[in-house]
Amino acid sequence: MVEIRFHGRGGQGTVVASKILADAIAKEGNWVQAYPEFGVERRGSPVVAFIRIDDKQIYDKSRIYTPDSVVVVDPTLVEAIDITDGLKPGGTIIINSDRRPEDFPFHGKFNVRTINATEIAVKNKLGSLAAPIVNTAIAGAVIKILGLTKLESLAAAIREGISIKPEDNVKAAEEAYELA
Amino acid sequence: MKKVMMGNHALSYGAMLSRSQVIAAYPITPQTQVVELLSEMCADGTLDARFIKVESEHSAMAACIGASVAGARAFTATSSQGLALMHEMLHWAAGGRHPIVMGNINRSMAPGWSIWTDQNDSLSERDTGWMQYYCASNQEVLDTVIQAFKVSERLMIPGMVILDAFALSHTYEVVDVPDQAAVDKYLPPFKPAIRLTPSDPRAFGGLTGAEHYMELRYKLQKDMEKAPALIEETGREFEKIFGRNLGLVDAYRCDDADFVFVTSGTAGFTARVVVDEFRKSGLKAGNLRIKVFRPFPFAKVREVLKKVKKAAVVDRNCSYGAHGIFYQEVKSALYGEAGMPPVFGYIAGLGGRDITTDSFKEVAAHALAKDKADEEIVWIGVKK
Repeated sequence: MVEIRFHGRGGQGTVVASKILADAIAKEGNWVQAYPEFGVERRGSPVVAFIRIDDKQIYDKSRIYTPDSVVVVDPTLVEAIDITDGLKPGGTIIINSDRRPEDFPFHGKFNVRTINATEIAVKNKLGSLAAPIVNTAIAGAVIKILGLTKLESLAAAIREGISIKPEDNVKAAEEAYELA
Repeated sequence: MKKVMMGNHALSYGAMLSRSQVIAAYPITPQTQVVELLSEMCADGTLDARFIKVESEHSAMAACIGASVAGARAFTATSSQGLALMHEMLHWAAGGRHPIVMGNINRSMAPGWSIWTDQNDSLSERDTGWMQYYCASNQEVLDTVIQAFKVSERLMIPGMVILDAFALSHTYEVVDVPDQAAVDKYLPPFKPAIRLTPSDPRAFGGLTGAEHYMELRYKLQKDMEKAPALIEETGREFEKIFGRNLGLVDAYRCDDADFVFVTSGTAGFTARVVVDEFRKSGLKAGNLRIKVFRPFPFAKVREVLKKVKKAAVVDRNCSYGAHGIFYQEVKSALYGEAGMPPVFGYIAGLGGRDITTDSFKEVAAHALAKDKADEEIVWIGVKK
């Protein structure tokens, strides 16, 4: 069983990222549960989403408190909240950032990886310059770093699940996959 | 075809595959996506149904009753305050014998204002004459809608398919979406013996004096008593076609169990994880998940619990001034039978507070330390 927590801000597509990843993972026959934080989402405010993955049916319906990995979609959250809360010792943290892993205070204690998903999203004209939609780029990096699923499965899930600029989103995921 | 979908959409797909003909609903968090998707399906022709926009849940149920009496298969969905507003019409639907199927997302009643889960909204409607099915997975939600139409139309009693807010409604899970042709084979078109039509004028719901009313209610109860066997029969039939059984209860590792949790809804799946852990450490544990609350499966509950040494009922609800509502029913199922185990009652998870594997371990630790169930209510995870 693998448990992952996502941190983003309302409007960045964090919840959609978890849904697309769930779709991609299910394509390879695994069981998956994906859910947003059980609350009310507002544009700009911190949002949390979760994924549980297993090779058999998942019966645990409680929330995730001790994830194996954390994905930070919005780098400003690293200062705003404790994104390591409950993270298992030695767990992986994937951050959308132009900085190096060693620039983060929890580097060493956790396995920190960075990917500049914002740059990839802007290059592929996803969202606006002020508010790029980074979720598909992040998803590309996540599946590679955590070894969750094949790139083709993610591309198929993006094409089915995203109606605006699906091919540009697939390209962003592929670029992030290569760089991660 | 396998699809990753939220519980709300599992309700929509269930209504679509059942070929619902009239859908009337009013949006409320956390139910909204159910009718959003159904309205899209009606708009793009995926579902050949009349979608009726209404100004309240009371009107939604009234529209469904009108559709049902005219011979249409009617579906709606609501939650919490919306269900409470429907209350008068729920009695009407059951008393008038209109086999409407409705989805209800379990959301706590206000105040305090809440959008999170517990069962007091649906359990407050237990005496309206509706059948109530409590689901633990999105797969079960979709499958149960189809089964509920079949059972309801056979008995002419409406059915409520119930799922936890967020833990199912907004959680994406893998769902095997049945093939339409197979569903059509399982669920034939709705053809009531009597319906409202100008070619055969009749009056419905008229003034009924003391000389007739009681017989109407006697027949409702008598038909409700047929429901347990019919739910099991249609569940087996469903399994033959789709490979998944839909029974009254889900008795997990209960056969040789000494200690059994009695649960419902999603907590009834989380309990399985703890049962497996206990089994590994040598404790013979089991989990009896009650899926159908009305009609209450008295015989089934007796049959499972008579073999165990202790039972612990975990309720995500409270009948204030009495006890957890499943606890009361389980105790009344066992009363008067020789050799029944002591039954402990716990309340957990009100207002969306999480019921975790640790919650069940706390329940077990309490029950296993006692010989007799001497405390009235044991609250789990409450700040006192």
